[in-house]
Amino acid sequence: MLFSENIRIALRALRANKMRSVLTILGIVIGVATVVALLAIGNGATASITSSIQSGGSNLLTISPGRQQQMGPMAGQSRQISHMYYSDYQLLERGLKTNITAIVPVYQSSYTIKFGDESFNANIVGVMEAHKDVRSFTVAEGRFVSDGDNKSQALVAVLGDTVAHDLFGDLSPLGKTLSINGIKFQVVGVLESKGASLGSPDDNVFVPIETGYKKLFGETALYNNKKTVNNILISVDDTNAMDTVSAQATYLLRRAHELKPSEEADFNVMSQADTLSTLNSVTQTLTIFLGAIAGISLLVGGIGIMNIMLVSVTERTKEIGLRKAVGATRNQILTQFLIETVTLSVLGGIIGILLGVGIALAFSVSGLINSVITADAILMAFFFALAIGVFFGLYPAMRAASLHPMVALRYE
Amino acid sequence: MIHAEGLTKVYQMGESEVRALDGASFTIEKGEMVAIMGPSGSGKSTLMSIIGCLDVPSSGQYSLDGVSVESLDESGLAEVRGRKIGFVFQQFNLLARTSALDNVMLPLTYAGVSGREREKRARAALERVGLGERTHHAPNELSGGQQQRVAIARAIVNEPTILLADEPTGALDSKTGVEIMDLFQRLHRENGQTVILVMHDAHVARHTERIIRLSDGRIVSDESNPNPIQAGAPRNDD
Ligand SMILES: Nc1ncnc2c1ncn2[C@@H]1O[C@H](COP(=O)(O)OP(=O)(O)OP(=O)(O)O)[C@@H](O)[C@H]1O
Ligand SMILES: [Mg+2]
Repeated sequence: MLFSENIRIALRALRANKMRSVLTILGIVIGVATVVALLAIGNGATASITSSIQSGGSNLLTISPGRQQQMGPMAGQSRQISHMYYSDYQLLERGLKTNITAIVPVYQSSYTIKFGDESFNANIVGVMEAHKDVRSFTVAEGRFVSDGDNKSQALVAVLGDTVAHDLFGDLSPLGKTLSINGIKFQVVGVLESKGASLGSPDDNVFVPIETGYKKLFGETALYNNKKTVNNILISVDDTNAMDTVSAQATYLLRRAHELKPSEEADFNVMSQADTLSTLNSVTQTLTIFLGAIAGISLLVGGIGIMNIMLVSVTERTKEIGLRKAVGATRNQILTQFLIETVTLSVLGGIIGILLGVGIALAFSVSGLINSVITADAILMAFFFALAIGVFFGLYPAMRAASLHPMVALRYE
Repeated sequence: MIHAEGLTKVYQMGESEVRALDGASFTIEKGEMVAIMGPSGSGKSTLMSIIGCLDVPSSGQYSLDGVSVESLDESGLAEVRGRKIGFVFQQFNLLARTSALDNVMLPLTYAGVSGREREKRARAALERVGLGERTHHAPNELSGGQQQRVAIARAIVNEPTILLADEPTGALDSKTGVEIMDLFQRLHRENGQTVILVMHDAHVARHTERIIRLSDGRIVSDESNPNPIQAGAPRNDD
């Protein structure tokens, strides 16, 4: 008997009980839709975070104090257990020679900024001129903080795109004077938006770091009477040299901090690759967790299908007897019922895929997350549904196939 | 050729045993037309189901065209049911919500006949039983006699060598009953098929050439009927 024949018989049997068929596949539909939507949204989130990390430059080393993790679920809670100093920056600046494009220190803190009636808290970042190239910022209007500003400790500020809009509205901020923590700064530039990516300058206000230490940050920036920094950024000219530069920086800092070989470092050198792998391990855990939930719902859906198929076999005992009486073999009956279950589950799978894609697209359209729908995920969901049909259909089909024709015919 | 030797069928009903068949022996040659008679519960349907390879005897031998049925496995039995035997059941057993045509095509589906050929042959079978115009009606849209005809069409569509019918006229009025008997006689005459019918009514049974009587699972008489009534001919005997 032909395969298409079996499908036809299966479809007819399913049509005969439309409502029941629909309810039966609901479990599979929900399970598959969950898998597809979660994967698409998860992929989208990962892709957008990855691209935002990479947009920071794949040749960037970030040195932070302590064993503080840059990424991950515990990021907010990690305790800063040590400090890094401006002198560390100077040491690296002097000590690192080869493969270096630029080394810059960063000190940042939150202050109230004010212009006219508008006032809110913003992140104030003390930077050097090279910072712009290290983080690949683009100036939209005016200019960035310069070495001259730092030398003269000029009271100038460069605004991120969002800050500029929030503070000045439609006015051009250039040349305007705003107050940061009560101190007047003149706006000399506005940066182009980098969107909601990681390390985006949009919400920041940049000032010369020397100006900051002298006139803004005050005591809080000092520890043991030494100027501290939040990060030191190193831009490496060749991605192949990342590990070498990282090792050199580590060596220099360990020596400067007088660490014994057995001691753990009180600083952390991270490349984009490190950050990405941390991120990936987090998203992987999340994916496995969500996948398990979706898997359970698929399992429940499969059990639902099996249950209904067992009912169906009992109900159609007479029909099965008749089919056997007119010459159907055991295998033909087995195939027929198996195909019926698989048709159900695959139908559920297809509807689930469409629903899942729909949910993912809805997320994209609403602008929440730009979901990424991959053929892999769809194929996986499809074959999973298929496998569920085979697995959970086998037992009812075997029950049907082993019915004795005469007993089946006499069944009331 | 059908040969049975000491056929016994015992049903276990809890504590007690029911001997539905109790040592029945007979031979039916190819091309015979036979009626099986007997009171209700005498084992007629049980015997038919064994002849039709739907069931196996508890003891005794049964062979079909020289092949012992015990030697066949599941798929061998299915093949015999599909190719050699056409069975018309006491309760028609048509598939509900399924058109007459699809019902008749069913045996061909399992015999592996291709779609177009299948439909052609099913239509021809329905034509032969006089249901050429009712091919798309579901069983619940047909009269009892018409359902019986569909069941007969389904039994003959595979051109089986043996046609079995369990009380084919039992549920019908006498006029329709005679028409059905005419149909069996024609099938027997034109195709030389072996026809075995379970009959309740002694008059209807006289349409066949041989009458086997059962009682309590045993054959109590087995006599030939040299001048069977011809259902197609005008009736002059009552
Ligand atoms: N599956 C079964 N289990 C138990 N007993 C059965 C079974 N099938 C038939 N019997 C018994 O076997 C005996 C013969 O049954 P069978 O159906 O062959 O009778 P029958 O001659 O066809 O009767 P009728 O004319 O009423 O159709 C009856 O006593 C019946 O109760
Ligand atoms: Mg009976």
